[in-house]
Amino acid sequence: MSVAVAKHGEVKHNYLNAGDTVLSWLLTTDHKRIAVLYLVSVTLFFAVGGLLALLIRLELLTPQGDLMTSENYNRVFTMHGVVMIFLFLIPAIPAVLGNFLVPLMVGARDLAFPRLNLASWYVYMAGGLIATWAMVNGGVDTGWTFYPPYSSSYSTSQVTLTIIGAFLIGFSSIFTGINFIVTIHKMRAPGLTWFRLPLFIWAHYATSVIIVLGTPVVAITLLLVAVERVFRLGIFDPALGGDPILFQHLFWFYSHPAVYIMILPAMGVISEVVACFSRKRVFGYHFVAFSSVAIAVIGFLVWGHHMFTTGQSVYAGMVFSLLSFLVAVPSAVKVFNWTATMYKGHIEFRAPMLYVMGFLGLFVIGGLTGLFLASLATDIHLQDTYFVVAHFHYIMVGGTIFGYLAGLHFWWPKMTGRMYPEGIAKLAALIIFAGFNLTFLPQFVLGYLGMPRRYHWYPEEWQMLHVMSSAGAALLGIGYILPVFYLLWSLRNGALAGPNPWGATGLEWKTDSPPITHNFEETPIVTEEPYAYENHHQQEEVASGTGASTAEA
Amino acid sequence: MTNGHDTHSHIVPIKVYLLVYVALLVLLVATVGAAYLPGHHTLLNNVIALTIAVIKAVLVILYFMHVRYSTRLTWLWASAGFFWLLIMFILTLGDYFTRHWVPVLGWE
Ligand code: HEM
Ligand SMILES: [Cu+2]
Repeated sequence: MSVAVAKHGEVKHNYLNAGDTVLSWLLTTDHKRIAVLYLVSVTLFFAVGGLLALLIRLELLTPQGDLMTSENYNRVFTMHGVVMIFLFLIPAIPAVLGNFLVPLMVGARDLAFPRLNLASWYVYMAGGLIATWAMVNGGVDTGWTFYPPYSSSYSTSQVTLTIIGAFLIGFSSIFTGINFIVTIHKMRAPGLTWFRLPLFIWAHYATSVIIVLGTPVVAITLLLVAVERVFRLGIFDPALGGDPILFQHLFWFYSHPAVYIMILPAMGVISEVVACFSRKRVFGYHFVAFSSVAIAVIGFLVWGHHMFTTGQSVYAGMVFSLLSFLVAVPSAVKVFNWTATMYKGHIEFRAPMLYVMGFLGLFVIGGLTGLFLASLATDIHLQDTYFVVAHFHYIMVGGTIFGYLAGLHFWWPKMTGRMYPEGIAKLAALIIFAGFNLTFLPQFVLGYLGMPRRYHWYPEEWQMLHVMSSAGAALLGIGYILPVFYLLWSLRNGALAGPNPWGATGLEWKTDSPPITHNFEETPIVTEEPYAYENHHQQEEVASGTGASTAEA
Repeated sequence: MTNGHDTHSHIVPIKVYLLVYVALLVLLVATVGAAYLPGHHTLLNNVIALTIAVIKAVLVILYFMHVRYSTRLTWLWASAGFFWLLIMFILTLGDYFTRHWVPVLGWE
């Protein structure tokens, strides 16, 4: 297999050297190139969101609001949330890894609608630039949740512009979702039945279902806020005859499922990596596959758990609380199955695997604290405190970003043809794990003690915990910068990867790294179950002395 | 399941589009007209307006969006959209209808 690279050297055709003008990138319809466009864009926005986070943590070093005014503090945490959620977490895994891998994994030449795919990137960039424009021209101060009547009637910040940006970004994810659904239904290679699909595909299918069914609702809801704001048409503001709780229903109808848009693709990554580096098939494949679908459906029935204290009927609250406990079940199924996959496996502690193990622990903490919040009585104490902030960062940073980094490292050799440097990658993973916990563990305690979110003044006695959190954030920042450098470095200096450096199963490993423009020399035919690691050990042994995997056969 | 496309491109005669278009215009006039009926603002008026709106939407979905001539899978997805709308209505109304079951001092 590695002969391909050795024989032809670097002159072999692939999607990266298929054209090197700027236009060949900006007008490409190759899903792999679009994935690279997205990779660059989401990384830039992640840097913006990260800098805003550092500003927040810098401000919270001291109990006084001394670094910035309260108005500016509101803007900083709002823009941190808007950028991280809409411009990074939602597109990150689907639009980068999903875009790159869905066609490869199903054995297709591209997504079903390549031009729609390119359009999605342009719409995303338009939305991102409008949101950026809003940020540099006054910013937004409503919180990422845009609650009216503050957002529609009182805020003097750039609410309308930001909403238009978010609206557009929503459509870019709808385009991606439609593309995945059609591709997975229609373009699977011969023999690739539904239950031979990698779990990454199941996860992306479920994610796409949520995107397509949920995003239009939030798009219209945000537009209604803008309409109320611009035309003073009473929809949500009680002073105009509207109902603010209606906004919360419509907003969370999308935005709770949106948290699964952020976590499901990460779960897909985890399934692939855990099987490969345990050298075992995923335990309970069908359960893991269907739990993705269950999460997509049940995830739509729980949104009221964000509204226990905001005027929603207590009876609705009880129903939403019960349903929220139910949605934790499929998540737990996955965690148990991944753990069982590792049991008695030949575990290889590669960098992606370190992220996976971090994911497992952190996601459990994030998920279980979700149950504290989903309990009616405890939520009264915890709502709008740092406990909530810690809860969702455990899932979104400890879960989604860990999954993203696991996947980025795991498929980096496929995307670029080069290995990343293993030693420093492991070091970065450890720094990120330590920095993450130091940042967010104290926030559970702070929240439990009563520290509200979204304030920058606090009593002296909490300073120690805040200092710990800020120190952790600095460490985390270092951990995130490292991959930027060593991954860029590896583009030129990394060892050649060969088609299958990990000895992994899956169609994406059966073609060159980086793949040719049309992915496969000839359409692959699938004859076996996924994750057949135990059937043929190391059939695809790798050469080129690249630090490639050679788990004991 | 192959990479080629197995869609049956059904050609819809222009006449059908024109007929649907005319029907939509008629229904539009009906909506506006209904708003001028005596007692507009009543529940009945809302029911009439919404019924017309639903008919229009169904026409657009079936003909302009080609669902009528599409596969069962397309039908499934189109209905999923409405099922999800139903979820939204039921759970939201579940809040509105039960909000006053517990008397709150100072309300009403
Ligand atoms: C095990 C399932 C989960 C349960 C039961 C759960 C429960 C909750 C509850 C009850 C709240 C509201 C807390 C409050 O405002 O008082 C909440 C907030 C939140 N959760 Fe979760 N959660 C779960 C999973 C997730 C996942 C997977 C994510 C993200 C990927 C997530 C992200 C969030 C976010 C962002 C918020 C805060 C929203 C805001 O800004 O107000 N949750 N969660
Ligand atoms: Cu939620």
